[in-house]
Amino acid sequence: MKNIQSFVICSGLVTAIILGAGSCKPKNAGNAVSGDAASKVYVAPGKYDEFYNFVSGGFSGQMSVYGLPSARLLRVIPVFSVDPEKGYGYSEESKPMLNTSHGFVPWDDLHHEDLSQTNGEIDGRWIFANANNTPRVARVDLTTFHTAEIIEIPNSAGNHSSPFITENTEYVVAGTRFSVPPDNADGDVAINSYKKNFKGSISFISVDKATGSMAIAFQLRCPGVNFDLSHAGKGKSNGWFFFSCYNTEQANTLLEVNASQRDKDFIMAVNWKKAEEYLKAGKAVKESVKYVHNVYNEKTHSATSEIRTEVMVLDTKELKDICYFIPCPKSPHGCDVDPTGEYIVGSGKLAALIPVFSFDKLMKAIAAKDFIGDYDGIPVVKYESALYGEVKKPGLGPLHTEFDGKGNAITTFFVSSEIVKWNIKDLKILDRAPTYYSPGHLCIPGGDTKKPNAKYVIVYNKITKDRYLPTGPELAQSAQLFDISGDKMQLILDFPTIGEPHYAQAVAADVIRNNSVKFYKLEENTHPFVSKGEGETKVVRKDKRVDIYITAIRSHFAPDNIEGIKMGDEVYWHVTNLEQDWDVPHGFAIKGALTAELLIMPGETQTLKWTPEKPGMYPFYCTDFCSALHQEMQGYVRVSPMGSNTALLFSTGKNMPPKDSIGTK
Amino acid sequence: MLININDFNMKRYKILLAVLVLGTMTACNSTDGKLTGTGAAAPAAGGQENVKDDVSAKDVVKVAAGSKDHTTLVAALKQADLITSLSNAGPFTVFAPTNAAFDKLPAGTVDGLMKADQKEALQNILQYHVTVAAMKAETFTDGQVLGMVNGDNVTISIKNGKVILNNSAVIIASVAASNGIVHIIDAVLLPPAKK
Repeated sequence: MKNIQSFVICSGLVTAIILGAGSCKPKNAGNAVSGDAASKVYVAPGKYDEFYNFVSGGFSGQMSVYGLPSARLLRVIPVFSVDPEKGYGYSEESKPMLNTSHGFVPWDDLHHEDLSQTNGEIDGRWIFANANNTPRVARVDLTTFHTAEIIEIPNSAGNHSSPFITENTEYVVAGTRFSVPPDNADGDVAINSYKKNFKGSISFISVDKATGSMAIAFQLRCPGVNFDLSHAGKGKSNGWFFFSCYNTEQANTLLEVNASQRDKDFIMAVNWKKAEEYLKAGKAVKESVKYVHNVYNEKTHSATSEIRTEVMVLDTKELKDICYFIPCPKSPHGCDVDPTGEYIVGSGKLAALIPVFSFDKLMKAIAAKDFIGDYDGIPVVKYESALYGEVKKPGLGPLHTEFDGKGNAITTFFVSSEIVKWNIKDLKILDRAPTYYSPGHLCIPGGDTKKPNAKYVIVYNKITKDRYLPTGPELAQSAQLFDISGDKMQLILDFPTIGEPHYAQAVAADVIRNNSVKFYKLEENTHPFVSKGEGETKVVRKDKRVDIYITAIRSHFAPDNIEGIKMGDEVYWHVTNLEQDWDVPHGFAIKGALTAELLIMPGETQTLKWTPEKPGMYPFYCTDFCSALHQEMQGYVRVSPMGSNTALLFSTGKNMPPKDSIGTK
Repeated sequence: MLININDFNMKRYKILLAVLVLGTMTACNSTDGKLTGTGAAAPAAGGQENVKDDVSAKDVVKVAAGSKDHTTLVAALKQADLITSLSNAGPFTVFAPTNAAFDKLPAGTVDGLMKADQKEALQNILQYHVTVAAMKAETFTDGQVLGMVNGDNVTISIKNGKVILNNSAVIIASVAASNGIVHIIDAVLLPPAKK
């Protein structure tokens, strides 16, 4: 290996192999990938991955699902952005999912996710996600991998500190990143009146134990600061929630400078059980607001969007024992609670250390009123009284921490481009590994629960630079997989992701895979425009509205010849997939449609609205290769001028040419 | 081992790669050169007939296999290696002779076809019972000619409301399947003799 320096001029491939081979010998610091990495991530064809990895899509607005350790992309679930591939946001049934108090919003920025838990362990039922721009929380059903529900958050802007859950999924929280004037106040005020008019807001969204149905139980009215991230207490600290906040300077401009003035910002500790008591005792104020609640019904295969006009608000300045501020150095970002619930880790973006707070000490300090004063009416606990200890010189720019369940934590360092493993008890650093480059979030399967399953850590980087073949100015987004089963963290794979990955969740595949739905039962389909067989298909005209009840089955549509559509008509194609078989979706597309395709699962009905723009012949076809005769699965619809006397006709297999005039009009 | 980039040629490069790769495998994996990898719970090997799925509608193979009147047909499909193909997406129309229909053949015919050296002949006969398209009984018309999977044709006639194939086999019942339809017939269709 002493010749290794002369290898630098060789091709990257040869270099990588030599480094790989060399790693069988004792490692030196330059060896990023060791020789057994390939076999650790290789999942043979036909074998399943061991873990599901749900990765936020950032500005794609969607959630992606990977198998680990292979990093094979299994699915992209449309959540907050339209997806023409799946008809999401284009079908009549899915459009209400993207409705908001502002109207139909076709895009958002999905940052964080949390899997539902029972007793602090992942139960595999749902995964929640936040919309960071127009504040919303979504619930995805993990039997269908379909967005089941979206609720909008009033009194908020930039729902960043979300959607973190309590240990029995009693609540999903939504903490506002931007403080703003409350919705029922006049927002038309001077921006530099921030300190007077702008308020922070934390929403507690209740989750129905049986159905998952979400409702805003209450909101906490808080001082105007930026809420960043959060995690619930667990075990001994169940009943509390911890939120990082920055911009306690209350700057309204050039936050880059003006929100970095103070030596310490805060972690806000919230006693949500106390808040529940106040709510029950009638201490909340009913405020009039406007937000939407969108629910997808799997029996009607349709979403509904309802306007909500009230929210219960608890004033944390008045109700003094709900919230406490803990000083935390330098604009804390990540706010993570260890599996025992005793240790709360704050990661100041600009800090040169990681403070670890003790829940027991915090409780003692609160009981003893060991406060250094208050901030906008909220008591501020003395830093040293809540502090367990500090990790000294851990790296530069700590952002997020996950836990391995063996007494250790792993933290990402954006500025020094590394992950660092440290022991929670003695606060000593155990290992560090470079990442490529500048990591943001990280994820250990169950790494924010009471029971981590710490075989891997996946790191989601912010900068990719030279890691992949270049693709112009915009490069692949990058995740990196490390084996953490041994003492040393071992980089074993790079893989690209969709959008920009922020937080992610991972769980053993067995928790989810056996509950996966294979198809929807046709007999349970209560869509108002379903056709449960070809005998029920029809075309119904009512003035200018035409409803086409059409079915798809291998390998034809019924009807597949339709005449009598006229200019000015509003045509609704209600396509029912009659299949009752696994993995046989049908697609539906029509020439010139200004919308998208439909992708209809077996047993499902989906509707495409179509307003033809000129008379003529419009072919339609199945877009999802369904059988050997998929290419035969097509039809024609004839559009005549307004006022024409073309009769309304529809059929399949019957519209034969007259025997004496084949090929003529 | 030192690579000099100047006298580097493709052949040496490949040999070197092979040596290095093998070296890496054997040295680090100790699994006689095989990249074993990881991964859990492999699905069953083989074709789609092995997919574990107790909830979907039955395909044409499962429909036939579920009938006690079609044990000869199912055994023949297995012998002819047609189970995998017929478990596929289709769409298929399968004319399924009953056990009684096979019994009408001259004695020893079925046993003869089930011999290993007669596999091609058996495949030819069975493929003469399948067409690619899901055709319901009511869509057949008198005089209609169907192109079968083996390349030969079957002619349909309609008499007294009955659908008859090649003037010899009558459709006595029809069963919808997920990947097509099974028409039960009372006689075996024999493909025309090859020229």
